[in-house]
Amino acid sequence: MEGSSLRRYLVVRVLLTLPMLLILLTLVFLLLRVAPGDPITASVGARLPPEEVQERRAALGFDDPLYVQYGRYLAGAVTGDFGNPVTDRRDVVEIVLDTAPATFELSVVGFLVAVIVGISVGAVAGRLRDTPFDVTGRLFGIVIYATPIFWIGLLAQLYFSVNLGWFPSSGRVGGFDAPQDITGFYVLDSIITGDWTALGSTLHHLVLPGVTLGLVIGGIFVRLVRVNMLQTLRADYVEAARARGVRERNVVFRHAFRNALVPIVTVMGLQLALLLGGAILTETVFSWPGLGTAIVEFIGSRDYPAVQGIVTFIAVVIAVISLLIDVVNGLVDPRVRY
Amino acid sequence: MSRLRRRLEHAWRPFRRSSRTSRVLIFVGLGIATFFVLVAFVGPTVYRYSGVQYRVEVAPEEFESLPQLAPPDDEHPFGTTRDNFDVLARVIGGAQLALSVMILAVAFGMVIGVSLGLASGYRGGRLDRVLVTGMDAVYAFPPLLLAIIVSFLLAAYIEPGVLSAAGAVGLVYIPQYFRVVRNHTLSVKEEPFVEAARSLGAKERTILGRYVFFNVVQSVPVILTLNAADAILTLAALGFLGYGVQPPTPEWGYDISQAQSDVASGVWWTAFWPGVAIVLLVTGLTLLGEGLNDVINPLLRARGAAGREIGEPPGDEDQSDRDADAQRDAEPIDSGAENR
Repeated sequence: MEGSSLRRYLVVRVLLTLPMLLILLTLVFLLLRVAPGDPITASVGARLPPEEVQERRAALGFDDPLYVQYGRYLAGAVTGDFGNPVTDRRDVVEIVLDTAPATFELSVVGFLVAVIVGISVGAVAGRLRDTPFDVTGRLFGIVIYATPIFWIGLLAQLYFSVNLGWFPSSGRVGGFDAPQDITGFYVLDSIITGDWTALGSTLHHLVLPGVTLGLVIGGIFVRLVRVNMLQTLRADYVEAARARGVRERNVVFRHAFRNALVPIVTVMGLQLALLLGGAILTETVFSWPGLGTAIVEFIGSRDYPAVQGIVTFIAVVIAVISLLIDVVNGLVDPRVRY
Repeated sequence: MSRLRRRLEHAWRPFRRSSRTSRVLIFVGLGIATFFVLVAFVGPTVYRYSGVQYRVEVAPEEFESLPQLAPPDDEHPFGTTRDNFDVLARVIGGAQLALSVMILAVAFGMVIGVSLGLASGYRGGRLDRVLVTGMDAVYAFPPLLLAIIVSFLLAAYIEPGVLSAAGAVGLVYIPQYFRVVRNHTLSVKEEPFVEAARSLGAKERTILGRYVFFNVVQSVPVILTLNAADAILTLAALGFLGYGVQPPTPEWGYDISQAQSDVASGVWWTAFWPGVAIVLLVTGLTLLGEGLNDVINPLLRARGAAGREIGEPPGDEDQSDRDADAQRDAEPIDSGAENR
C-alpha cells in the first residue's frame, strides 16, 4: 500500500514537470521573439551588405511564420539542439559545457559557506534567543539581505587582494596553472591528474567569490534556521526529552536541531533561482568565466539565439531541480502525496 | 466628520494593538525612508555640485575641472570619481533615481497584479487557468535574469531611463500580487455579504470595486514595502551589469560598476558610498515591511512564522480583529518576542 502510493506520487510528479517545462519554454520563446527585428540584423546587420543579411535570415528560418519557428524551437529543445549563436562559433551546448562547470563549482562553494554560516549562526541564535548574540545574528540577516552582492565582492577585493594581497581578485586559476581539461571542474580535474599546483591555485581563487556568494545566501539561511529552531524548541517532544532528563546539549542537537532541519533542506533547494542571480553578479565582479558572464556578454553583443539557447537550458535545469526537490521530499516525508 | 473619524480609528486599531517591537521597526524604517526622500528631493538644491557636473565656472566663460579621484576632504566630503564627478552629488542623484524607479516599478507591478488577480479570482474558468499557469511560469523564473532580459528587450522600444528600468524591475512583482489577491478573492466572493449584494441586484462593477476589492486589498501593503526594498536591489544589479539607465545619469549600481577599476589601485571611496546608500535604504524598507507585517498579519507570525520566512507571499489569511484577539489570547508569551 505504502509503496504503491509512493510510486503514484513519483509518476504524477514527473508527468507534471512536462507542462511546467512547456510553459517555461514558451515564456522564453515569447520573451525573445517579441523583440523587434531579428538577431542577424541586430548583431551583424551593420557590418554586412543587405543581401547577405537577407540570406542569413532566410537560412536561419527567421522569415518563417511564428508558429513554425515555435515548433522548431520546441523540437530543438527536446532533442538537445539549443541553437547556434551569431557571434560565437561554438553551439549553445558547447558554450554551456564550457562555462557551466565554473558556475557549478562556484555555486557549490557558495552553498557550503551559506550552509555553514546559516546553520551555525541560526541555530545558536535560536537557542540563545533574545541574547545579544541573537540580536546580532538577526541584524546580520537583515543587513546582509540589504547588501548588494557585487558591492561585498568589490570591498572584499579591495581589502583582501589589493590591501592585504592574500587572495587573487579575479579568474578561476593562476596564469599557467590550469589543470588538464577532463570534466571542466578544475577541482576534480586537478585531483584526477594529481596536479597539486593546479588544485592549490584553483582553491585559492575560489575563496573570495565563494565566500561572497555564500555570505549573501547565508543571510537568508540564518533567518530560516533561527525561526525553525525556535519552533522545534517549543515542541512537545523537546519538552518530553527535557522531562526525561536528557542532557540539554543532546536536547538541542539531537532532538530539536535535527527536526528543525527538515523544512530547511526543502527551502535551501528552492534558493536555486537566487543562487543563479547571485552567481551572475559574483561572476561579473570576479571575472569568473561561468554561465553568468557568458549570458551578460551575449546580451551585450545582442546575440538573441545565444541568449535564448542559454536561457532555455537554464529553464530546463530549473524544472529538473524542482522535480528532484519534490522527489526527495516524497521519499523523506510520507505525508507528501497526491 | 464623525464617520471619517470612525474610519481613521478603525484603520489605526491594529497599530494601537501592535507590540512595541513592531512599532519600533516601523518607526526606524519610516525614519530611514524619510531621510532618503529628503536627500533625494531637497539635497540637490542644498548641495553645491550636481551629479553630472565635472567642472565649475570660476569666471564668466572660464571653467575649471573638478579634481580626478580626489580623496574625501572638506570640498568633496565623499571624494571625486575618475570622471571628475563629485561622489556625494552622485549619491544624492542616485537616491532620486532609485526612489523614482522604485515607486514606478512597485506601482506597475501592483496595479497589474492586483487587477489581474481580482479578475482571475472573480471570473474563474478558463481565464483563471491561463493566468495562473502563466504567472507560475514567471514566478519560477530567476528574477534577476528575467529583469535583465526584459530591460534588454525594452531597450529596443524606449530610451533606457526611469520608465524602462521600472518596467523591467516591476514585471517580476506581478505574480506576487496576483497570487495573493486571486486566492483572497476566491474566498471573499463566497462570503454572505457578496451574495447579499448580488441578490440585491448590485452591478458586477460595484461588487468587485466595493465589496471584494476593499476586503482583498489589506494584504497588499506588506508585499508592497518588501517589493520596494527588492526593487532598489534589482535596479542596482541592473545598473551594475549595464542595463539600468543611460549614463552618465547617477545610479548607485552603475557607479559601483564604474568604480571597479578604481578598486584595483586601492581607491575605496568611489565604490564605498553608493553601496552604503543602497544598504541603508534597503535595510530601512525591510524593517518597515517587517513591522507592517507584524501589525497587519499578527496571525501569520504565530501560525506560520516559518511559512512566511520561506518566501510565501504573506496575507493569504483572513485577518479579522476577532482572529487577532484570539491569537493574542492563545499566545500570550509570544506576542512581540519574535521581532525584538
